[in-house]
Amino acid sequence: MSERAKGMNLTLKVWRQNGPEDKGRMVTYRVEDVSPDMSFLEMLDVLNERLILEGDDPIAFDHDCREGICGMCGMVINGVAHGEQVATTTCQLHMRHFEDNAVITIEPWRAAPFPVVKDLVVDRSAFDRIIQAGGFISVPAGSAPDAHSVPVKKVDADAAFDAATCIGCGACVAACPNGSASLFTAAKITHLSLLPQGQPERASRAKAMVEQMDAEGFGGCTNTGECTAVCPKGIPLDTIARMNRDYLKASK
Amino acid sequence: MNELYTEGEPIRDTKAPEGPIEDRWEKRKFSAKLVNPANKRKLHVIVVGTGLAGGSAAATLGELGYNVTSFCYQDSPRRAHSIAAQGGINAAKNYRGDGDSIYRLFYDTVKGGDFRARESNVYRLAQVSVNIIDQAVAQGVPFAREYGGLLDTRSFGGAQVSRTFYARGQTGQQLLLGAYQALERQIAAGTVKMHTRHEMLELIVSDGRARGVIVRDMVTGEIERHVADAVVLATGGYGNVFFLSTNAKGCNTTAIWRAHRRGAMFANPCYTQIHPTCIPVSGEYQSKLTLMSESLRNDGRVWVPAKAGDTRPAAEIPEDERDYYLERIYPAFGNLVPRDIASRAAKNVCDEGRGVGPGGLGVYLDFADAISRLGRDAVEKKYGNLFEMYERITGEDPYTQPMRIYPAVHYTMGGLWVDYDLQSTIPGLFVIGEANFSDHGANRLGASALMQGLADGYFVLPTTIGDYLANGPYGEVDEEAVAEAEIAVRNKIEKLLSVNGTRTADSYHRELGKIMWDYCGMERTEESLRKALERIPELREEFWQNVKVSGQAEELNQALERAGRVADFFDLAELMCIDALHRTESCGGHFRAESQDADGEALRDDENFAYVAAWEYGEQGPILHKEALDYEYVKMSQRSYK
Repeated sequence: MSERAKGMNLTLKVWRQNGPEDKGRMVTYRVEDVSPDMSFLEMLDVLNERLILEGDDPIAFDHDCREGICGMCGMVINGVAHGEQVATTTCQLHMRHFEDNAVITIEPWRAAPFPVVKDLVVDRSAFDRIIQAGGFISVPAGSAPDAHSVPVKKVDADAAFDAATCIGCGACVAACPNGSASLFTAAKITHLSLLPQGQPERASRAKAMVEQMDAEGFGGCTNTGECTAVCPKGIPLDTIARMNRDYLKASK
Repeated sequence: MNELYTEGEPIRDTKAPEGPIEDRWEKRKFSAKLVNPANKRKLHVIVVGTGLAGGSAAATLGELGYNVTSFCYQDSPRRAHSIAAQGGINAAKNYRGDGDSIYRLFYDTVKGGDFRARESNVYRLAQVSVNIIDQAVAQGVPFAREYGGLLDTRSFGGAQVSRTFYARGQTGQQLLLGAYQALERQIAAGTVKMHTRHEMLELIVSDGRARGVIVRDMVTGEIERHVADAVVLATGGYGNVFFLSTNAKGCNTTAIWRAHRRGAMFANPCYTQIHPTCIPVSGEYQSKLTLMSESLRNDGRVWVPAKAGDTRPAAEIPEDERDYYLERIYPAFGNLVPRDIASRAAKNVCDEGRGVGPGGLGVYLDFADAISRLGRDAVEKKYGNLFEMYERITGEDPYTQPMRIYPAVHYTMGGLWVDYDLQSTIPGLFVIGEANFSDHGANRLGASALMQGLADGYFVLPTTIGDYLANGPYGEVDEEAVAEAEIAVRNKIEKLLSVNGTRTADSYHRELGKIMWDYCGMERTEESLRKALERIPELREEFWQNVKVSGQAEELNQALERAGRVADFFDLAELMCIDALHRTESCGGHFRAESQDADGEALRDDENFAYVAAWEYGEQGPILHKEALDYEYVKMSQRSYK
């Protein structure tokens, strides 16, 4: 560990934008002696500490758990949402995957329904509104029957889980040439429609969520597959087919 | 000692009914006054925090028809740190027929907490645990299932029964998304008004009652006033006082500390849980620590080199020059000893100079035996995602070389004091989840945090807060109280921005965390705590003279957010050390080196310390109020894992 921990020198080109109305621009920073064991966000922390001491505005970015599960972090690194390492959130990306003297570009998610708040911070509240439209099973607290009263096939439970692992980071939207939120929306529809508990609201859920997705201004799906390629949780593309089937059925 | 605090009147819980323990919650539910459905929408409740406790509470209060306002500092309520819980959730379902029962879960929790929790509360938690699983399944939480279609369970954290329900290694995520979806449903229904990217900075107390909060809109910097009929804090634990912990970066103590400053007593602040299996620190820049589920200890063997200063790579150290110290010291439990014991043993071998990895702060967790016994595929099936996570962070392959692990701060059992109704010492202020102190005593069992958060939010609070509200109305909110709270917030922000010194808030936080870890961490002594109590005020003084916060108040300013939190951590750190110093016994997660038995195990002093230490804020130093703990059902005994 210690022998390979030689510092790297990097050039960062970072998107800076004061607010939604600001035009924004790329700004270049040099960072030196970066440890390969640092996470990408820790590398930005170190730069930000320096900027604060110099009286500059630190680079604003969203982050919280820093263990790849909360879905709060996300930036486009060298043109790829969450960077080139597959199935990895930005916070879990480590500097050992970069070359010494590399030039790294860092940009926010870019999609009209995700307006930039500041620098790398974007507003993803559209995702919450898609869930509000129907991404739930209506069951007030205290009204549930015994958990074993409805058995669920293991294959269904496992497939529902795979879809339910979506962390709502928005990388799928950022990667999609159409700015579509289909993978996000389909993951929730798939999760709930695979379970017996999700059947009563299955049709209305699919219809309402897809309509909300469209109302937010997300683009349509053209099966490009960029979404699933960048998804940190590997949500499969066939969830979108399931969403479309449920939506069509509901629209008849 | 006495110069540090004074002792006030004893305190006690007056809300738990008398009578057989199994009937108390039923009795309390029946005696709680109800609010007329037509009146509920006129009653306004503020819920701060959207983790398991806050999310489930806000959703449930909304379902009941109350007018709810909810706040979180993240960009969505789905991101609260409950989401990172890996292992599972306990419930006394006894689906396995292996001898589990409500009584046994109650018993295990009281014992695991080293006899420092209230019996009535813990019994209710065990009772409600079964409803949580029903609720979560009905919401579509995809728990692990068996081929017959029924729920799978596992045994966890040394429990002798299989009562832990789980969703792969992401149980917290799935339960939180269940609560989040219920919350979003209420937002759509108009019963809950959600404010994301808002941080609570002050509590409004009017006429002795909690009546609202002052929050900062973290996007615009605007300071907002929100008044209500009652306030619920579900703002999580304060492990980040150590800077490095398994908490999310944003977790902080400001909400509960501000409430403490306004009159809510803070109970058992020194009870901190250190988790033994975390990925060690790799350098000075480290921003947080990552937990690896302790299920790894089921198959991994913990060892260090037998000789101090042995720097050979693990593979070159022959078997007879390795010390499998947990198996050696605790032959009966071996690698599966409870969290606090495993943590302290790791610290001891590292203190002897036998630690491995950067700075000698790590021990090996070796799967070589498991791989040769079960095969690589079987190990991958069980632990694949954890091994992958380890590889991501360290760049090392745990299939071919042992993992390095080290203990890290994980959970805080202390929190704001609450009665059986989860109401603090400020009427109208309710505290739920990790933010309160109520159920885990001096040590929390694995898979019990999720249980408590959801028990509080779905089932307990919605009943007890109704009783409080039904006894109202409590009149107009005093304008002056609101203005005063707002001015306090504005003054603090202005002060932080005006210092314009030479060090960042993070650098102070890091130094404070090191003081806490070194002197008030896994092992505490009178000497270490006194040293901490000398250093903390000095460093705080320097902070207020020399911190540098760039930017303005009226904008998105992450440097300012951090500085405000660090300022409150300083004050909390001091109270933690005073609490740790006054409690000269060892119990659960609080280990005083002066109080150990011949084998080096924590030695309780029930005669003098069988109480909850509830601290009242005082300008001249904290005031201690003792709540005596009586055990009618569980016999107090000394833990032994030899």
